[in-house]
Amino acid sequence: MGLLTPDPGTLFWMVIIFGFVFFILAKYAFPVIINMVDKRKKYIDSSLEAARQANEQLQQVKAESEALLAQARENQTTILKEASATRDRIIAEARERARVEAEKALDETRHQIAAEKESAINDIRRQVAILSVDVAEKILREKLSDNKEQLDLVNRLIDEVKSNNEIG
Amino acid sequence: MNTLKSLFIAGICLLMLFPLQAHAEDKGGVDVNEIVFGHIEDAYEWHITDIGNVSIRIPLPVIVKSETGWHVFSSERLRNGAQYEGLYIAKEGAHAKKIVERNAAGEEVRPFDISITKNVLALLINSTILVCIMLGCARWYKKHDVSKGAPRGGVGMIEATVLMIHEDVIKSCIGEDYGRYAPYLLTAFFFVLTNNLMGLIPFFPGGANVTGNIAVTLVLSVCTFVLINLYGTKAYWKDIFWPDVPTWLKVPVPLMPLIEVFGVFSKPFALMIRLFANIMAGHAAILSIVAIIFITAKLGPVINGSMTCISLIFGIFMSMLEILVAFIQAYVFTLLSAVFIGLSRVKEKE
Repeated sequence: MGLLTPDPGTLFWMVIIFGFVFFILAKYAFPVIINMVDKRKKYIDSSLEAARQANEQLQQVKAESEALLAQARENQTTILKEASATRDRIIAEARERARVEAEKALDETRHQIAAEKESAINDIRRQVAILSVDVAEKILREKLSDNKEQLDLVNRLIDEVKSNNEIG
Repeated sequence: MNTLKSLFIAGICLLMLFPLQAHAEDKGGVDVNEIVFGHIEDAYEWHITDIGNVSIRIPLPVIVKSETGWHVFSSERLRNGAQYEGLYIAKEGAHAKKIVERNAAGEEVRPFDISITKNVLALLINSTILVCIMLGCARWYKKHDVSKGAPRGGVGMIEATVLMIHEDVIKSCIGEDYGRYAPYLLTAFFFVLTNNLMGLIPFFPGGANVTGNIAVTLVLSVCTFVLINLYGTKAYWKDIFWPDVPTWLKVPVPLMPLIEVFGVFSKPFALMIRLFANIMAGHAAILSIVAIIFITAKLGPVINGSMTCISLIFGIFMSMLEILVAFIQAYVFTLLSAVFIGLSRVKEKE
């Protein structure tokens, strides 16, 4: 059968043509295509990885900002609390100090008043003493204008001293 | 879209009728055998069609080294049994339709014949188309950066096909050393596919029965055979000459080794025959179905008309089927080559 016997001429050309096609395609076509597909695969992989990382970073940033916000809020409360505490403390302190000052001033005034009073009383006492001595002098001078009366007085005084001594 | 496709295929079928019609008019009767085998077999000229009595054909160069030396001339000189420089095309005998010469003893002998025949020209055309497509594809990649995305359209289709063969067939069948075989297997796939598909186009420059030529499939299967056995592992050769069977099957009569050695040759042989037979049978089937129209031409208009309809429907069906077969055969050839290569790469069992 002619169909089943390979013709040497066709065989010859087939070897040449197929060899040529193989050479060209194996050298210039398939490696290029497969390399590019591999490269693209890597590129897609790296892109995906980058996207994942970016997403992760975004999440991290978000979490960080949230934490920061929470912290800020907390700080705010603490600061507010502290401020109010400080305010209260300052007010209390001021109040205390004012009270103490007032007390002190009051005390001083009191002392002063007491001292004034004392000195006034002393003054009065002295005046009174002087006055009474004066009065007594005048009275005595009037009364002791005669000798008899002077003797009477001396006797009485002696008596008094005596009785005092007796009692004493 | 589907209607468009059907119309296209119907058009192709109609175009196919022209050469046949010419035949029918010439002789009054139809020689189906001549039509079918005239197409399937190789020829020294590319007959395109006949319009009236004018035959449109492309004469091809004849390159022959006979006993009298090299001869290069147009095949036009050998038409109608003419003799040129002692060479002529044999009409019958062992070398029917081939260029022969008479030796000193007066016997018909074949000279060394490397003429550019119809199949060789078709091979050249198809290979050029394939190389252009592939290089065009590769050029696209050189012009586009990776970050610009994947190709669309034609380049995308080629890329998808290359990837399908490379990933699903070559990588998964061969295993780790696939890189060494990938260029050959990819080339074989696209070579067979291009030639198969071009063979289905019924007019010039398609329509030649290239992959249905045993010389073509022989070269492909020899390449596969070489690749299978050239890099066969130790375990592979051990399985052939000392397989794991009861000893009496190996010694003293090496029964199993014989079968295994036979298998080494039968695998690529099956590849060769499978591709050749499928494509040739496809061409023969389509031609025979179309020839029904001309056979029934003498049986009256009713039968002829109805048979024409049937022939057309079957013709469309067969053409569709052949497009599928064109792909499947290319795929199967590559797949089986890859599987056989994979089998020759077996590792020693632990």
